[in-house]
Amino acid sequence: MTADHGGGAGGAGPAQVGWVAEALRVHERREQEERQERRGSPQPLPGTVREELVLERIDRARRSRPRIKEDRITMSHGAGGKATQTLIEAMFLSEFSNPLLEPLEDAARLRIGGARLALTTDSFVVSPLFFPGGDIGDLAVNGTVNDLATSGATPLYLSAGFILEEGFEVAELARIVASMKQAAQAAAVQIVTGDTKVVERGKGDGCYINTAGVGAIEHDLDLGVANARPGDAIIVSGPIGDHGVTIMLARGELDIEADVISDTAPLNGLVAGLLAATSGVRALRDATRGGVATILNEIAKSAGVGVMVSENDIPVRTEVRGASELLGIDPMYVACEGRLVAVTAPEAADQALAALRAHPLGASAAVIGHVTADPPGLVQLKTAFGGTRIVDLLVGDPLPRIC
Amino acid sequence: MRFVDEFRDADTAHALSAKITALCEPGRQYKLMEVCGGHTHTIYKHGLEDYLPEQITLVHGPGCPVCVIPMGRVDDAMALASEPDVIMTSFGDMMRVPGSNGSFFDAKAHGTDIRMVYSPLDSLKIARKNPDKRVVFMAIGFETTAPSTAMTVLRAAAEGLTNFSIFCNHVTIVPAIKAILDSPDLRLDGFLGPGHVSTVIGCRPYEFIARDYGKPVVVAGFEPLDILQSIYMLMVQLSEGRAEIENQYARVVPWNGNTVALKAIGQTMELRPYFEWRGLGFISHSALKVRDDYAAFDAERLFSVPGVRVADPKACQCGEVLKGVLKPWECKVFGTACTPETPIGTCMVSPEGACAAYYNYGRLTRHRVKEASGT
Repeated sequence: MTADHGGGAGGAGPAQVGWVAEALRVHERREQEERQERRGSPQPLPGTVREELVLERIDRARRSRPRIKEDRITMSHGAGGKATQTLIEAMFLSEFSNPLLEPLEDAARLRIGGARLALTTDSFVVSPLFFPGGDIGDLAVNGTVNDLATSGATPLYLSAGFILEEGFEVAELARIVASMKQAAQAAAVQIVTGDTKVVERGKGDGCYINTAGVGAIEHDLDLGVANARPGDAIIVSGPIGDHGVTIMLARGELDIEADVISDTAPLNGLVAGLLAATSGVRALRDATRGGVATILNEIAKSAGVGVMVSENDIPVRTEVRGASELLGIDPMYVACEGRLVAVTAPEAADQALAALRAHPLGASAAVIGHVTADPPGLVQLKTAFGGTRIVDLLVGDPLPRIC
Repeated sequence: MRFVDEFRDADTAHALSAKITALCEPGRQYKLMEVCGGHTHTIYKHGLEDYLPEQITLVHGPGCPVCVIPMGRVDDAMALASEPDVIMTSFGDMMRVPGSNGSFFDAKAHGTDIRMVYSPLDSLKIARKNPDKRVVFMAIGFETTAPSTAMTVLRAAAEGLTNFSIFCNHVTIVPAIKAILDSPDLRLDGFLGPGHVSTVIGCRPYEFIARDYGKPVVVAGFEPLDILQSIYMLMVQLSEGRAEIENQYARVVPWNGNTVALKAIGQTMELRPYFEWRGLGFISHSALKVRDDYAAFDAERLFSVPGVRVADPKACQCGEVLKGVLKPWECKVFGTACTPETPIGTCMVSPEGACAAYYNYGRLTRHRVKEASGT
């Protein structure tokens, strides 16, 4: 019997809960402050005004400095949603704070001597290691290539760090490495440095890979989601959610089969074509963890704008839609590994779309919505059914629903 | 997508919306409760409230199974999970529900072995694969999921599995509806009946709602047009002064329910004398426990469960929100002490709870109101 799990006080009476008590204390303090602000008008406020006050209170709470409430890392911290953002902002950004890191773009943009470079890193822990359409090897190359490409750089050199588990089959490693070689060739990058570590059996999941990459920035464009302005078009380069759904099905726990393969691919060719076709691109993002929904929220938050997208215009493969319906998840939050989201000036949208569609990886590119002035910070979706809803950040991984 | 897109057609929705609006008596406010969390999810996912006139308010009911589990039971589950050699299995949406010491996710981070499953039967696979472990399934849900738990217990018994048990938290919907109907400050005009639950129990159990309380019920499906049509059917009843049980979801729900499923539940489980619901308190005969014949599969008998009750904080007014007496933002702690990240009450726990929905979507409502009033 584990008495300490009973909720603290134990004994006969209902236990008091620590974090609830703290939350209530905070609440009372704020309420007192608000009462003081309103001194002089003791009569109760009309309903609409009280509702305004409550909603303002929420807005204030949302703007306040993020704080990590958990005492341990949970899986949510790695899911790319709110928990990940809180961890990044409250832990890494606050300690490492510098102007190059602060934009939190896919890659940092550096100026060294006369050269402009982009630098990025990414770790890969996908399970299973091999899945329809790819494996951890090409994923590791493409992921870093794409982070460089979407920051407007030409990817040049990659590093590769391997963390291998004791007992991992050499033949499987050979397959992974061959696939990395092929991916690097396809993306025209070279793997020029690396590292190998082996951990005891049980302390890793076969093979983890970290890649870092540098690329050269050869134009004067200032790309960044903070540049989005009302009226801008939002484009995705192809059907969303393929990779995430493929991985979920490939784990084999669901007894669902669908004809869907990962979209893992290098985007540098696609981006080069796009940037050559128009100078009206304001931001590019690689839609990985957290899916397209998370990127739209980053646009809204960084630029202080609204985003309105239309469900009917968002390309999703029927198989992905079907599997998502069955699993009770929303493709908007599902990871892609070869799709980008572009924000372009209104007048550049057609050119950008044409340039993307001219490339095989962008054949189904589509304008999915626009940037709006109001309400700032909010992403809305016009549903296919004809209603509107907010597309918020998830706290953690999309969880299947039972009800 | 066939069999789905037909039920999401915007033109049909516009036509239904106009018919619903036409049925509203001038000056009258309508409060309709959708009992089931699945309906709430559909309503938000598709933005269905945009089709409803101002006069109709949807009140989100108690039918979200993870929301109604009291904190004490979550604590009990975690105590079970931290017993030696235990693997706890759980549905995904239970993973983030907070007990007094955090959620299953937090417990996982502290080293307990908690695994997500899609079906209780998956727990048997895990039990077979790990004969030296004891697998406990966190059984939650209404009559919708109870049959699959029952079938799992029956299968485990037939196979003679000795390392599998369930921590039974199954609840039944009718006593909860009755508790809401019995509250003196009730402000509801009608109910959208829970479609999935009704596939199992049928429509008969709701007859008392019309007979004894004079409120209409329409058992509704889960696609957006199902819900709009059900609202229309409720409005027709209200405008004609009728209170009857109608079945909009007849393509799935048989009037007398699913006798095979009911038999499986009856064989393995029986009613508890009482059970605590988050936000609603103790409700008699509102939950199921494992029958004596299947005691070998009952985690509450195999392990010692702390059973420490954790009271809903006094400041939390979920009960009033569930009954439609208070709007979410009228609750004292809404938005300050109680937020989706640190939910205090049931309505904030799941994204489809009334308060969580309002917390996330309320800003949109305000924006629209502003737009309409030209400010």
